[in-house]
Amino acid sequence: MEFIAPSLNYAQLAPMLIVLAGALIGVLIEAFAPRASRFSSQLFITLFALVASLAALFQVRNQSSVDAAMGSVAFDGAGVLFQASILVIAILAIFLIADQENFTALAASVPGSDEEREAVQADLRVTEVFPLTLFAIAGMLLFPVASDLITLFVALEMLSLPLYLMAGLSRRRRLMSQEAALKYFLLGAFASAFFLLGIAYLYGYSGSITLSGIQESVVGGAGNDVFLLLGVAFISVGLLFKVGAVPFHAWSPDVYQGAPTAITGFMAAATKVAAFGAILRIFYVSFANAEWQWRPAMVIIAIITMVFGSVVAITQRDVKRMLAYSSIAHAGFLLAGVIALSKSGLEASIFYLFAYGVATVGAFGIVTLVRDSSGEVGDLNRWSGLGKRSPLLASTFALFLLAFAGIPLTSGFIGKFSIFSAAYESGSTSILIAGVLSSAIAAFFYIRVIVLMFFKDSVEDGTSVIIPSALTTITITVSAAVTLILGIYPAPLIDFIATTATFIR
Amino acid sequence: MNALTTMMLLPILGSLLIAVIPSDQVLRIKQAALAVTLLVAVTGVLTWFNFDSADTAFQFVQSVEWIPSFGINYAVGVDGLSLVLILMSVLLTPIVVLAGWNESEGGRWSAKVFYILILVLETMMIGVFAATDVFLFYVIFEAMLIPVYFLIGGYGSGDRAAAAVKFLLYSLFGGLLMLASIIGLYVISGANGGHTFDIAKLSEMHNYMSSTTQNLLFLGFFIAFAIKAPLWPLHTWLPGAAASGTPGTSVLLLGVLDKVGTFGMIRFCLTLFPDASRTFTPVIITLAVISIIYGAFLAIGATDIKRLIAYTSISHFGFITMGIFAMTTQGHSGSTLYMFNHGFSTAALFIVAGWMASRRGSSKIADFGGLQRVTPVMAWSFFIAGMSSLALPGLSSFVSEFLVLVGTFTRYPVAAVIATFGIVLAALYILIPVQKALHGPTTPGNENLPDLNIREKVAIAPVMAVIIALGFYPAPLLNVINPTSAHILEVQGFTDPLPSDSAGK
Repeated sequence: MEFIAPSLNYAQLAPMLIVLAGALIGVLIEAFAPRASRFSSQLFITLFALVASLAALFQVRNQSSVDAAMGSVAFDGAGVLFQASILVIAILAIFLIADQENFTALAASVPGSDEEREAVQADLRVTEVFPLTLFAIAGMLLFPVASDLITLFVALEMLSLPLYLMAGLSRRRRLMSQEAALKYFLLGAFASAFFLLGIAYLYGYSGSITLSGIQESVVGGAGNDVFLLLGVAFISVGLLFKVGAVPFHAWSPDVYQGAPTAITGFMAAATKVAAFGAILRIFYVSFANAEWQWRPAMVIIAIITMVFGSVVAITQRDVKRMLAYSSIAHAGFLLAGVIALSKSGLEASIFYLFAYGVATVGAFGIVTLVRDSSGEVGDLNRWSGLGKRSPLLASTFALFLLAFAGIPLTSGFIGKFSIFSAAYESGSTSILIAGVLSSAIAAFFYIRVIVLMFFKDSVEDGTSVIIPSALTTITITVSAAVTLILGIYPAPLIDFIATTATFIR
Repeated sequence: MNALTTMMLLPILGSLLIAVIPSDQVLRIKQAALAVTLLVAVTGVLTWFNFDSADTAFQFVQSVEWIPSFGINYAVGVDGLSLVLILMSVLLTPIVVLAGWNESEGGRWSAKVFYILILVLETMMIGVFAATDVFLFYVIFEAMLIPVYFLIGGYGSGDRAAAAVKFLLYSLFGGLLMLASIIGLYVISGANGGHTFDIAKLSEMHNYMSSTTQNLLFLGFFIAFAIKAPLWPLHTWLPGAAASGTPGTSVLLLGVLDKVGTFGMIRFCLTLFPDASRTFTPVIITLAVISIIYGAFLAIGATDIKRLIAYTSISHFGFITMGIFAMTTQGHSGSTLYMFNHGFSTAALFIVAGWMASRRGSSKIADFGGLQRVTPVMAWSFFIAGMSSLALPGLSSFVSEFLVLVGTFTRYPVAAVIATFGIVLAALYILIPVQKALHGPTTPGNENLPDLNIREKVAIAPVMAVIIALGFYPAPLLNVINPTSAHILEVQGFTDPLPSDSAGK
């Protein structure tokens, strides 16, 4: 047997490799650097890796090939856009993560133990969150460009495992945070198992694990359709779990609430881009010709997800839980882009993912600032009167909420318009109607928060808005600016996406 | 530079100017707001004189690419219909600023925010009528809810937050239905000659729709406009919003924003979906007649003077809607003129009622009495405004109400006859408060109410002048309106019923 040396296109893989290298350096820093210098060096390495990765991506933005890594990575326009979105969102999120007030002093200590108290007194910091984030980002970068199912699974695990840990790092309400992490892990492991099962069925169906190989089998129609159906169904379970679509959403409110807010923002935004990137690639590349097998089910899931997320969000009293249900509703809207199964559907999805991701990071950034003596204040009732005390912060949060609600002159509106029109163009009238109605429902709870902030008198219970650190300010400012600019003049980005976004097989 | 764009830019620049004036220089802020709105009004009048009324095409046209890949343009232009409404808007705004000089006091936020909101709203009021691109129209239609929402909720009285939310949710719901229809139109245009939002091109799309599609798309637009206008049974948001807002806000809300509903019925419902308009005409005429009578009865029973004015408006909007869907040139011209006149008579009523309420500290009709003796100028102003509202011959509303009834009678005699009772009821709902509030013995507590000061006289005088002048000589407006009305009906294939039917016998 002859051994073939793998040929890798390093330029196209560079964005991922740089992030991985950054993560490894981060691990070394944890091991060898003195405690005092860890935080600054970690922050520097992380940002440097992300910016360098973005620059490397920029170099190869016009290339496309199926052979970036022996057929395991498909490097194409859509992949570039997904990766760029993930990196931009990650940079914004890192600024929030850098505010270490949110994180436990010593992750390994038992909540309430002497060890924990000592760690707090010694002012220890969880600098390991930086390499963890980088590992997750590397997985996210790989996820939407993976073009065989094994690579896809590896990427899925690579992005998930660090996130499970990161969810448990909260400084306050640590038990809740750890419960969230455990819940996320158990359910995530379950979803991964489904995903693997799906891979097995698809292999049984097509005799291939590459997306293009499966596509050929689908077009050829020679395989056993039962295997195809089971494979699509199981793989969808794994993917829909990651984006939090109903009925695989049960983890998200608890995890959103329990995880440190900066991590929640990162997870909500970046994971969605990565997971939807993978979903779009699989369904557009492999299963497009089998649309009659999966589309009706996907339409039903999308509609249930939109309506459920919007309706349940109304009853939420905690801002992070509310945003969790809102993100479920948005997952439903984004599924409209998958169902559209057209070039305009792909473009709309990419725009929507970017716009939503940036606004989400910004919104969670603001959540980190509203605190009392025992940490962040999640209870919405205690947000009342915020507009009086800090008009700028409340206005910015209102802007993000209006973007989530899809009000014109915000990025959310352009996203909603383009994704619904793509879905309707491909014949899904029911998606359009359900989408519009659930948007109307969703408007109710977004506006309720605005009412609370601006039209209710404040309660004197020690809730206050802390002065944000410079990095947090940058994140919130940039997110708000992007949300507004993409709402008023989105043409450059839309044109760029339109010329770039393609999947190669 | 394009006249319309200039008019839209001026208030925005004005709001920036106000933003840099320190908040404590309230007088300076008010003067700046007044100066800017007067400047816009002058520009509006100049535009009026430059308008060629014989030309039925859009004039002062400007079109700039906005989001080219969706076929969206910043496109503005006016015909007789929109010019009349723009003129009304820009004339009313300085009057509102001057009449409500002290309205911003007692609000949640500073006077600065109040005037910034007013100026931003003015830009949008001009834009919403000037837009000839359906997408641009929709964006402004939705975005203008936000300043109004904050004006009612932040500066109103009574249960202002609840009223503001009800207004916003109602409007958003309608807006989202319209969005679904707009997406429908967009997709249909894509299949028939390329994506566009140009109203002229879209007005040919009804040739490519099935009648079911056309009916559904029509309903999306119509329900949004019927909420805005407001037509029974979608009117329930109006009384609360009008009663809670400051008098100035209510003038803009009832006088201008609600006109977007009736304007939209002509510009979009009739132009884009002529067949569906015909199909639904019987239903709409019925609803309009119910609005006329029902609004009048509610007004007769009202005990609060602001609510009374809101209810009279429901009745008046019934007349306008009836005139539009009668599909005769007289009905259309009458409705357009009615929109203009209603703007001024409602403005007069609301402004004077606002002065009465702020002097007395109550807006209950029962709290007034004998004002004629104490404050003769204010009482006479209210009286004339009331007479205009009940369409007394010699005052402006008479001409338009007469035209609407005549125009309706030629096609729907029964509806016209029933609607005529609305005039009788109008006498009741105006004369009862006039009698209770202005005549009779002076109610204790009212003896020392001050009469109008110079500023207030200056503010109300132009409104009175317009009401009386147009009552005697409506030709300047009708000369502009008539060609447009005839043109709109002609293009969509509506013809006036031949009078020879009765004349020949």
